[in-house]
Amino acid sequence: MNSNITKVTTHTNPNEALIFERSQPGRIGYRLPPLDVDEQPIGELVPKQFLRDDDLEGVPEVSEVDVIRHFVRMSMWNYSIDQGMYPLGSCTMKYNSRLNEKVARIAGFAGLHPLTEAADAQGALQVIYELQEDLAEITGLPAISLQPAAGAHGEMTGVMLIRAYIDARDGEGGSAKRRTMLIPDSAHGTNPASAHLSGFSVKTIRSTAEGLTDLDHLRELCAGGDVAGLMLTNPNTLGLFERNIQEICRTVHNAGGLVYMDGANMNALVGVARPGDMGVDVIHLNLHKTFSTPHGGGGPGCGPCCCTKELEPFLPVPRIVKEGDEFKVDFNYPQSIGRVKAFFGNYGMMLRALAYIQTHGNDGLREATEAAVLNARYIAHGLTSDYDKPFDAPPMHEVVFTDKRQSRKGVHTLDIAKRLIDYGFHPMTIYFPLIVQGAMLIEPTESVGRQELDQFIEAMQSIAREAVETPDLVLNAPHDTRIGRLDEAAAARKPVLRWKPNARADAAQ
Amino acid sequence: MRYIPNSPEERTEMLHQVGLNSAAELFDSIPKELRLSRELNTTPALSEIELLAGFDRLATHNTGARPISFLGAGAYQHYIPTVVDHIISRSEFFTAYTPYQPEIAQGTLQAIFEFQTLVCQLTGMEVANASMYDGSTALAEAVLMAERVTRRSKVVACGAIHPEYLEVITTYVQHAGIELQHAALDSKTGQTSGVATLLDDKTAALVVQSPNFFGCIEDVAALAEKAHAVGALLIVSVTEAISLGLLRSPGACGADIVVAEGQSFGVPLSFGGPYVGLFATREKYARQIPGRLVGEAFDKQGRRGFVLTLATREQHIRREKATSNICTNEGLIALASTVYLETMGRRGLQEVAQQCAQKTAYAAREIGALSGYSIPFTGPRFNEFVVRAPADAKQLLARLASENSITAGLALSRYFPDRPNEFLVCVTELNSRTQIDALVEALASQTS
Repeated sequence: MNSNITKVTTHTNPNEALIFERSQPGRIGYRLPPLDVDEQPIGELVPKQFLRDDDLEGVPEVSEVDVIRHFVRMSMWNYSIDQGMYPLGSCTMKYNSRLNEKVARIAGFAGLHPLTEAADAQGALQVIYELQEDLAEITGLPAISLQPAAGAHGEMTGVMLIRAYIDARDGEGGSAKRRTMLIPDSAHGTNPASAHLSGFSVKTIRSTAEGLTDLDHLRELCAGGDVAGLMLTNPNTLGLFERNIQEICRTVHNAGGLVYMDGANMNALVGVARPGDMGVDVIHLNLHKTFSTPHGGGGPGCGPCCCTKELEPFLPVPRIVKEGDEFKVDFNYPQSIGRVKAFFGNYGMMLRALAYIQTHGNDGLREATEAAVLNARYIAHGLTSDYDKPFDAPPMHEVVFTDKRQSRKGVHTLDIAKRLIDYGFHPMTIYFPLIVQGAMLIEPTESVGRQELDQFIEAMQSIAREAVETPDLVLNAPHDTRIGRLDEAAAARKPVLRWKPNARADAAQ
Repeated sequence: MRYIPNSPEERTEMLHQVGLNSAAELFDSIPKELRLSRELNTTPALSEIELLAGFDRLATHNTGARPISFLGAGAYQHYIPTVVDHIISRSEFFTAYTPYQPEIAQGTLQAIFEFQTLVCQLTGMEVANASMYDGSTALAEAVLMAERVTRRSKVVACGAIHPEYLEVITTYVQHAGIELQHAALDSKTGQTSGVATLLDDKTAALVVQSPNFFGCIEDVAALAEKAHAVGALLIVSVTEAISLGLLRSPGACGADIVVAEGQSFGVPLSFGGPYVGLFATREKYARQIPGRLVGEAFDKQGRRGFVLTLATREQHIRREKATSNICTNEGLIALASTVYLETMGRRGLQEVAQQCAQKTAYAAREIGALSGYSIPFTGPRFNEFVVRAPADAKQLLARLASENSITAGLALSRYFPDRPNEFLVCVTELNSRTQIDALVEALASQTS
């Protein structure tokens, strides 16, 4: 097998095969203490028909050194926040503090079993309780469940709360007529998917030319009498604060519906304005965005669901409550939608988020919001002369541009994004929101200094010039990575989703 | 604030550059009455020294984090090689985003491709996704997928599925028009019985956990046959993934969807999360899988790379018609599992599983021989078993904790009020014979 490994790259990083291609029979990467009880023939413990008979064929055999080099080499192919600006709009890629990592690894937390009796887990429960209290203060919504594992999970939870509330309020007959969830055309795809999971059908609200929710369309849709709620992101995914939010909430409430807010963009609001004060009934937060818990290449996240007193009886169980000086695990919520995840949720993320909140302090939280919005405003200011900015209003924490000017020369958003890689930056979010053609959604966060913002602006300006003068340079980017643009269409037509021994030989035949 | 690079002076200059006089003006688009006119009522900023002291103090209140523990029931203490935490602590992995730009995310993508392969190998299945939140939500998604595949609306759950997993399924299916029925448990063997009468041509799936919640290994192959006889899928849930190193893979037994909690593969207990859900199925169902998939792809020069693929199943394309709403999954924990599996390797995974089974057999023999105690279920076991005590188990375990500093297991009354005297014991490679003997002695002393 080994002789078949072909060096597939000219990149300066060492090439690294799949671990399965590196495996050599007999290599060992572990050692356990010898078995210290009398060994019985395994067939006497477990009947033979229940035992594995494939000797785990294909599972790699490598040494510890092989493992370390394997992953360290692979890691060098990744861009990361610690390397530089990661301006993915709507993703809030801010600095992940090492201190928070240390807190999550304190033995008394990391080694604690989730089924430990509450009396023996008071410290862990206090962390949950304190984080709940802090998030209630930050959102202005008093009742919280930290159980959801990610943003979409929090959305599902929030929408289920709305469903349960309406079912209880209207009774079976009444609630059956109320199965429509309104979602703006600029929303994250998770919103309609989460609504669907809760048995709602989705109606889309148009955005205005200004980039805000179309109030007239909202009123029109609300007049149908079947509206259960609205799922709204604020600031919206165009980076604009929905300044009519109170009127929006009133309209939905008057129509008998509830307002769900997608909290993906809370980094624009912490310490400045609170969804609860705006009329929002329920929100999810992304601790892995606003509260800096690491994205980890795609999770873990944590998606707390925060709601009004009216919705509280329906929150997932168990709830963590305080009675006197004692923290308790409370299952006694008969109207609860039920459990959305085993145990207490992604607890390690809660430790990190609480450490983030305490490290910032109340004034630091607001300071971070101001710095994040200022950085976005600075980029908006710096790019306006070279790129089309479809909405005039000043952005909050993120700003959307388009490829309108560059596309006249055949250079599109994807090309600009790929070219940014050559300049040492991770690209922005592209082609989202869907309502903006050729969208480039840029969110710098507060974790970027002025020099780097200037460098980013200069890189974008340079790409704009290249689009005119040397478009091929942009169209064929990136030039400096381990691999070039991959043929994603071919990959999806005939998906290869796992390694198999001799797969290439098979394919050749 | 030390995490904000720009000094207050620099920020003032930047404000002027964009035409503003104060930070407050940044928020002019928010109606005045909605702007918070006071400071947040959260704690003032803490230094690193103060913060660590505070969390260290809280950690000491977690008296349950004892060195001697026999608590399992869905979350397990296993040896974690030092390299695992080292690798997942690398900036390049833990501070990266979802790999949407494959040219600068090949590290993450190749690791996920290896993860998917390892999950297939261990479960005996053909395709696996990039991870789910955990075992419980993976199981709920499997149930929803079975409904999509079969277009049938009834799901039969075997007798001893983790109670919290059952709760999660119940939550997920409540608006999906799926009826959940429960098969009985044979009170003697501790295995599922009487499934056949519940299965019919409306059944989308039969769901079984093996080893089940009481530690008994189910006859998965026989259950697969019964499910397939009525055209239903068999969903197998594994909460103790280490068992896959010893037991016949669910795929080899005929499973159609396999889900597992991957926490045993190098992930700390951490009071219940973050863990990682494994999700695998047959190739013919690949386009019905929830969540992300990584596949092989090539660039113009023919160089191999990896890329997120089959995205047309997912929410950002399909919106309400997506196979799931999942977006962020458990990337870094999947990486931890990958590092664990590759470090332990083909031999280590088998040896860990063997040690668990041997030590568990020893513990069960010793405890079963104690006067007043019995092992009620006769079914074969992996690394957990139920003990019937002569008195209330919750009180007994509390005494062992306070008098002997031993966490002896889980009092089943937490989930099953009709089992007041029973508790679930879990033994892993981390429990030395000395610890097991200490447990046996402590249990004996409680009756004398």
